[in-house]
Amino acid sequence: MPLVKGGKIVDDSFVKLAVDTPLPEGGDILVPAERFVGEADVLLKRAGKVGVIWPNNRDIDELVPYLGKVATVALVFPTFRDGRAYSQARLLRERYNYRGDLRATGQILRDQFVFMLRAGFDSFEVKKQADAEAFMQTAKRYSVFYQPTGDGRITALHRRMQLRHSEGVGT
Amino acid sequence: MYAYDEIDRTLVNERVSEFRDQVKRRLSGELTEDEFKLLRLQNGVYLQLHAYMFRVAIPYGTLATNQLRALAHVARKYDRGYGHFTTRQNIQFNWIKLAELPDALADLAKVGIHAMQTSGNNMRNVTSDQWAGVAPGEIEDPRIWSELIRQHTTLHPEFSFLPRKFKIAITASDHDRAAIKIHDIGLKLIRNEKGETGFEVLVGGGLGRTPFIAKTIKHFVHGRDILSYIEAILRVYNQYGRRDNIYKARIKILVHELGIEKFSREVEEEWQHIRNSSLQIDDEVIEDIRSRFSYPSYEKLPHMPDELRQAAADPDFEAWRKNSVAPHKVQGYSIVTISLKPIGKPPGDATAEQMDALADLADKYSFGEIRVGHEQNLALPHVAKRDLPALWKALDKLGLATPNVNLITDIIACPGLDYCSLANARSIPIAQELTRRFANHELANLIGRLHINISGCINACGHHHVGHIGILGVEKNGEEVYQITIGGRADEGAALGTLIGPGVKFDEVADVIEDVVEAYLALRERPEELFMDTVKRLGVEPFKERVYATR
Repeated sequence: MPLVKGGKIVDDSFVKLAVDTPLPEGGDILVPAERFVGEADVLLKRAGKVGVIWPNNRDIDELVPYLGKVATVALVFPTFRDGRAYSQARLLRERYNYRGDLRATGQILRDQFVFMLRAGFDSFEVKKQADAEAFMQTAKRYSVFYQPTGDGRITALHRRMQLRHSEGVGT
Repeated sequence: MYAYDEIDRTLVNERVSEFRDQVKRRLSGELTEDEFKLLRLQNGVYLQLHAYMFRVAIPYGTLATNQLRALAHVARKYDRGYGHFTTRQNIQFNWIKLAELPDALADLAKVGIHAMQTSGNNMRNVTSDQWAGVAPGEIEDPRIWSELIRQHTTLHPEFSFLPRKFKIAITASDHDRAAIKIHDIGLKLIRNEKGETGFEVLVGGGLGRTPFIAKTIKHFVHGRDILSYIEAILRVYNQYGRRDNIYKARIKILVHELGIEKFSREVEEEWQHIRNSSLQIDDEVIEDIRSRFSYPSYEKLPHMPDELRQAAADPDFEAWRKNSVAPHKVQGYSIVTISLKPIGKPPGDATAEQMDALADLADKYSFGEIRVGHEQNLALPHVAKRDLPALWKALDKLGLATPNVNLITDIIACPGLDYCSLANARSIPIAQELTRRFANHELANLIGRLHINISGCINACGHHHVGHIGILGVEKNGEEVYQITIGGRADEGAALGTLIGPGVKFDEVADVIEDVVEAYLALRERPEELFMDTVKRLGVEPFKERVYATR
């Protein structure tokens, strides 16, 4: 599955471990939440980056103590219909100020990129190659946003205020 | 009227271009039907029994005449010359071709109309009182807040893939014409003791398989906090709403399973985190939205003009006036309801010619504005009383002056088995037969206010649970069977109807309804006692006896 990061298709340096896969010596690893929580001390001490795969039905608060230590948080969309991870992403970015890599995994299609970017995701394991290739084009599809989110884009309401004030200057 | 600016228009156009690309990818096979389904639903496109159905949003029920003409154009160019107004301030077209949909959407976008989120598991078209801004006694025009919420919920990056659909309705009047108690979130605009504008917030109402009347979750949320409060409710719902079972996925089930106290504690906790965020709405923002609503320059007119006095001699005019004309907040003006329930026709349908002609009448007599109500009727919100006789004559020529608003033939009905792939039974023929049975205006008038609601399946698009008389079509051993409830209502006193007994066959429905009505006429204490009051006083038993004694 192609990984898109920074708008480009990149190599994935992370190896995904299952709950019982032996721990490799070095290299970057992505670990399921339950293993991560159980073995955090050991995992964080080894060489290589550690990321965690957090399921969409597990309380994100539990991850908060580790946020400064993980290199990536992978949230899961088991199907594109299941939007729980959007809430988790916003909580991580906006409430807990997580600044590390936030990866979308699961059934990721181009039609969700805008929503995901706005919710705070910055890397994407895309299901279809063509969708991954269309990332930049799709991500720029919208120029108007109605809601404030942590992505910092100016909302329509505030753009109108700005326009109104700038119009007021010359009159 | 609300005027879209360049910013709103840009978003609608960007949406059309995205959907054009999605349709292209579907037609080329790049998108599977499963992937496309959700995308088309988010753009109001259903695959129905015979063809694609296209549902267009009419936010808070307000239409300008150029918008109504654009709907007529879509009916004519892309469909079979008519549209169907629904219970959710939408219009549906039943025979549209997938390949032509992007063009239809582009044509509508030119006049600021879209189909965003008229379906799908996201926040649906925000609905409101069709008399908003003109009803006497309302707190303020609820459409300003409806528009704020419409914008906020459009393409929301967190809540576009909810467990199920999500509906918000707003009223600003004590008399609730927006049916807020049968919505996922119902908002009632109120003022607190300091005179500040805010909302009583209700949650967890809904019909369908498991009907619930919404419960008050908070007695007062300040206007500036309403977006953060809605967002808090949605975030709790998005995380904890059930996704294992489509029938248990609506917020009403979550509220019911947790209990309103526990649910409101969850919401409160979430809200405290976000209420002082950028979601807080300052007065300037509200004023900006308010400034883009234009209101007519009303004239100073007499309360009782000569034209009206003279026309009163015509009993046909009087019958219509008494029935279709409501008081307006400005002296000398009226709100006119236009019945889309002519005898023998499907409720809520209008032809392209009727839509065009109505647009002309609205330009001439109603400052270019038309409203759509959840009863599947239209309204002209600002008609000078002196123009009522001329308007009536014009409407009559169009077949739009049936004097039956709020009477027994003003039936709400879903499309049923004739169009809908979900339906188990026909609705339209039942409605048609009932309108013929009670076509006599004297009789209908004698009966008084009585709402019949018909649904062709348990999903309750015809809102049968809240009909004074509710008719639900189900399928039993390959046959259409209809269950009859009485005592439901959708207004400020919202209640669910009670089943009166075993289901009856298609051919018997009209007879049974006649029996119920006859029982009421015999049982009422005086002519002013409405059907609902008699049911409330006596319960279902006497009606049950009357209907089933001989069956």
